[in-house]
Formats: sequence, C-alpha cells, structure tokens
Amino acid sequence: MQQATYLLPIIDIENLGLDAGAHLLIKHGLGAIPPGGELRVVGSSPGWETQLAAWCRAQGHGMSMQQQDGRAVATVMRGAADTGRWHDAKHAGHSDAALTGAVADRALSCWGLAARGATVEAGAPDMHFRLDRKDEIWADSAATLYAQAVAAQWNPTTAIDWDEPFELPAAVEDAVAQLMTYLIENEEAALIVPARFLGQVHPHFREIQSLLAIQVADEARHIEVFTRRLRLKGREPALSTAGGQASLKTLLDEPDFSVAGFLLSVLGEGTFVSLLNFLHLHAPDPVTRQIARLAARDEARHVAFGMSHLLWRLQQEPQFRTRLANAVQLRNDALANTAGLNEEVFDALILIAAGEFTPQAIAAGYVRVQQLIADMAAGRQVRLERLGFDKEAAQHLAALHTRNFM
Amino acid sequence: MTKPLLLGAVAYAPKVVTIWEGFKEYFRRHDFEFDYILYSNYERQVEAQLDGSIDLAWNSPLAWIRAERMARARGLEARSLAMRDSDRDLCSVLVVRSDSRVTTTADLSALAGQVIGFGALDSPQANLIPRDHLRVQGLLAGRDYTARRFDELSGKHGDHIGGERAAALALMAGEIDAAWMIDGNHVAFAREGILPAGATRIVAHSGSYDHCNFTLISGISAASAEMAARFTELLLAMDWQDAQVRPLLELEGLKAWLPGRSSGYDLLIRAVDDEKFYDAAGNILATDYRY
Repeated sequence: MQQATYLLPIIDIENLGLDAGAHLLIKHGLGAIPPGGELRVVGSSPGWETQLAAWCRAQGHGMSMQQQDGRAVATVMRGAADTGRWHDAKHAGHSDAALTGAVADRALSCWGLAARGATVEAGAPDMHFRLDRKDEIWADSAATLYAQAVAAQWNPTTAIDWDEPFELPAAVEDAVAQLMTYLIENEEAALIVPARFLGQVHPHFREIQSLLAIQVADEARHIEVFTRRLRLKGREPALSTAGGQASLKTLLDEPDFSVAGFLLSVLGEGTFVSLLNFLHLHAPDPVTRQIARLAARDEARHVAFGMSHLLWRLQQEPQFRTRLANAVQLRNDALANTAGLNEEVFDALILIAAGEFTPQAIAAGYVRVQQLIADMAAGRQVRLERLGFDKEAAQHLAALHTRNFM
Repeated sequence: MTKPLLLGAVAYAPKVVTIWEGFKEYFRRHDFEFDYILYSNYERQVEAQLDGSIDLAWNSPLAWIRAERMARARGLEARSLAMRDSDRDLCSVLVVRSDSRVTTTADLSALAGQVIGFGALDSPQANLIPRDHLRVQGLLAGRDYTARRFDELSGKHGDHIGGERAAALALMAGEIDAAWMIDGNHVAFAREGILPAGATRIVAHSGSYDHCNFTLISGISAASAEMAARFTELLLAMDWQDAQVRPLLELEGLKAWLPGRSSGYDLLIRAVDDEKFYDAAGNILATDYRY
C-alpha cells in the first residue's frame, strides 16, 4: 500500500498557498488523471494542508494526509464533480463558419450567449432570440463584408476637410440644409431597422450580428456628418414631410428580416447610392462632395449584404421571390395616398445640381436630376434581375418603389 | 392530499427561499409531498421541532447539539439523517498578517496581549470552537489575549459569513492582530481580494468537526419512519450530473448528500460546555446572546 502511494504522480506547490493560486497546479495535475485516480501533493506554505482540505471538500475531491520521509504528503483522489458538470453539455457548432455543419440551421435557445463552438453546460437558461433560423438571416459573405467594413471605417473629424473655405449663394445653402434634413431622417430609418433586428439575432450567427452592428455604426456616422454639414454655415434643420415619414415608417414596421433587407438595403439604400454618387459629382461645395463619397461607399456595402442574404435565401427558398414582389406592391399601395418625395427635396436637388440661382444653371440642374431618377430606377432594375426577377417584373417592381427614394 | 413532510430551515440569506422551493419541486417530481417553514433563527427552530411544529430540521451543528440535548432530556432520541459532503471534517484556521510576530500557536507567548477577531457569538466555526481551541492551549480571553467579536446576524449560528468577513477586513486594516475563520473562507476571502495573496499566514488550526445535518427526533414527528426514509433516499439520489438538480446543490454548497453521522460533533460539544452556551438539557446559558 505504502509502495503504491509512492508510485502516484506528485505535485510540489512549494511555498505557494491556495490563497495565492496553488489550486491551479493541483487542478492541472488532476486533469491528467481519471475520476477516482489519485495524486500526491506536497507544499511548504504555512497551513497549506488545511487549505488543500478545504479546497478538495469544496471541489468534491477526496483527500488524506500521510507522513512520508518526515514530511506531510497529501493524497488527493479526483472526484467526479468537475466532469459531472459537463454531462449532457451541448456543443454549439463550430467557430469557423466555413467548416461543414459549423452554423446550425436552427440555433438552440439553451446555447444562449455562448460563443459558437463552445461547450454549453446543460441547464443553462433558455434565451429566446426571434431570429434563430439560418435561412431567415444568413449570408455567406457576411464575415468578408464585416472585415471590409471594419477596414473602411473613417473618422468624420479627420476624413472630411471641414475647414475648406467656400461660400454658396444663400438659396443654394438653404437647399443643402433641406437635403441634409431629408438625408438625416432617411438614415435614421437605416439605423433603426438593422438595430431592431440586431437584438433579435441569435448570437450563434455572430457574423450577421457583427455586420448589423457595424452597419448601425455606419448610419450613426452618416447622421453625424449630415448634421455637421447642415450646421456648417449656421443653418438649422429644414422641413420634414408627413409623406416622407410615412414611407420610412413602412420600413420600420416590416417584421421579416429578409423583406426588410430587401426594401431597405436592396431598393432603398441601393437608390441612395445613386443619390450619394450624384452628390459626389454635382454638389456645389467640397464638404458635401466628400461626405457623399464616403457615405456612398458604406451604403454600397449595406446593399451588398442585402443582396448576398437574399440570393442565399432565394437559393434555399425560391418561392420567397413572390413574397418580395408582394412586399413592393403592398408598400406601394400603403403609400398610394402620400405625396412621395417632398417637393422641397426635389427642388433642393435641382438647386444643388445647379449650383447657382440662374435660369441656365437651373435648367442644367433639372436635367441632371431627371437623369438621376432614371439612373436610380435602372439600378433597382439591375439588382432585381440579379435576384432572379425577369426583365418585365424587375422593371415593374423598380417603378413601384417609393418616390421617397429610401 | 397526503400530509407533507414538514421541514424547518433558517432563513440566513434570501437564497434560502430559492433553495427550498427548488427542493420542494424536486420532491414533488418524485411524488413525495414535502413542504418547509423558515425560521429567523436556529433557537426558534429547535424549539419548534420539540413542540412538533416541524417533522425535520435542517440544523446547524450548534442547533443539532441543542436538539439532541433537549430530546434526551425528554427521553427522546435525535438522529442525523443526512448531511452534505461539504459538512464533514471542516476545520477553523487562525490567520495573521504576514508581518505578524506570531508564527505558530506552539509559541504561546507570541499571542499574549494580541487582539484576536472572532465571528458571531453563536458561530461554531468562528467563535465557539476557536475559543475552545485556545483554551485547550492554555489561552483565555481577557487574561491572555483580547477577544473582539464581529457579531453579524445572531441566531444564525454563523451561517451568515458576514462576521468572518468583517474580521478578515479588520485584520487587513490593522485593527486586530489575528482572525478566526472556517478553512474554506480563508481561500474564499483571498479570491474576493479581501485577503491579498501572500498577505496572511495560517498560524493555527482547530481539530476537524462536522457541520449541518437533517435532524429527526423520533417520537415527536407526526411523519412516519417510512416518510423520513423516503426523504433520505430521495435526497441521497440527487445527482450532480442532473442539470435540473445541480443549481440547487450549487446554492446549498455541495456535490453530493451523504448519510448523516453524529460522530463529528465532539469538539463543538466540548466548546458548548466550556463556553457555557447550553446546559445539558439544551437550555441557553449564554447571557449576552440575542436572537
């Protein structure tokens, strides 16, 4: 018996007490032996034996003390409690989404907040996330788009040359203030829609969660720069119409992630990319042009996510295309009694594109805005065709899109 | 409805409600009618068991001794039905700051004139057993050292660790020279950061003793022997691997229930007599005890 004890592995915690971390050494040693197995522990810190006894009792390990060669030696028998905790534990997929089976078709509520791939103790509380099905939210490109978004973040204070001198005619500056007022309320919708879904996405789909989070941050930045441009020459926000807000409200009211993404990102933000590119080209001042260029780049990423998700969903569920078409029709019906794009915004765009308050400049501005509206519709049609709508249906749906642009 | 087995427990912390509600549900799942009554202190609970208000009591070691004495005085027998794995072979430790002149209690003179912190008056682990330990070593409070008591929630028999924690804080603040605590709390207070690593040293420890148990007094309880046996059987069957049961065991601080034993209370029995806490019939002798 004595000899058998001598053969056991031994851990010397030296003068490290269990009130100073010695349990880590013992735990490590116990990890190498099966439940029921034994190891010896020796130490020299005052009272280490009583500390070890208390620790073993709390951890469910057995312990006895012997004297060997004139020194106190503890024999610790590994209990089953540490392994017992992981009985019936659930594995929540795999951290690398590229691996087969890494992302579950449906995330379990008991996985809760655990990192994908973690071992989750049985009995963890159920956390109910409404968006727990892969087909409802997934896009294979999400991780790549997120990485691009992180790399493309810009600091509004340094990325834009706010101090560059310029002075616009008062009427044109008023038009810029009106346009910024309109852009801000549209970006509010573009912030709130993904933000609302963000809290409903099961953390298992972390790539989607991250992408939505950075999309929300993008929109917060856009709201900031549009507000700063609006106030740059001492203006206050201008007019906000009932029709414009009614159009945006239909986006906020859409409960389905895919449909909301379709209406907001593919149609709305896609249209906004055209608008921002237009401003980048034709805005009368350098600050507005810079803002438009940077915001357009972000919006293009949002469109890419929307497209990527819908292509994925339609691949799983081709009949979902009918639901998308119906959504455009329904939104159009819902907005039939509203004015669409407010006259002030339309006029502001003409003035901005004109750059000055003369008949010749206004004539040129008007043509440019007409071209913009045609470009927007053409862009929507291209994206709809990419989603598998035939040319005629795409043309029809592109035309039904809200006159408010977003 | 079958009359349930009625357990008494002391509400030393809010979690006690969660624990016993969980147990009630566990027993019901196994078709065993069980209910509980919470008492604000152990003295009231022991008296309630003796007057038949409860069938069974979840007793502190001190309450066990009183129940056992009161039962014996009435010609009855108290039995320990079950206890936690963590109730067996505990010990209390005397802790000093690392810079203390005290290295071990073998060196009695070193403790002379020092201020030693104790837990609640009715705490077996932080007052009664420690005082007894020092007494056996020839050290008496007031004569050889100054005792400072950290009394929190009297009547809870030291279940509330607030007294031990307050003593540990006072030790680190330099207000006292040494403090008694249960062995597990020395490690726990280190983890909480109250006792910084390496800042303290254990200079003495008591002998080992047992802690709580489920006490049954035959001849008083209305519950049948079969019910008590079934209760014990279901209790011992609680499995740490069972995710439904594990949270309850974690709250109550155990990995497994073990059959009860009454052999681990000798140290406390001696302390109770020497400190004149209860008399042989379980009457309370301690005059400054409020609960």
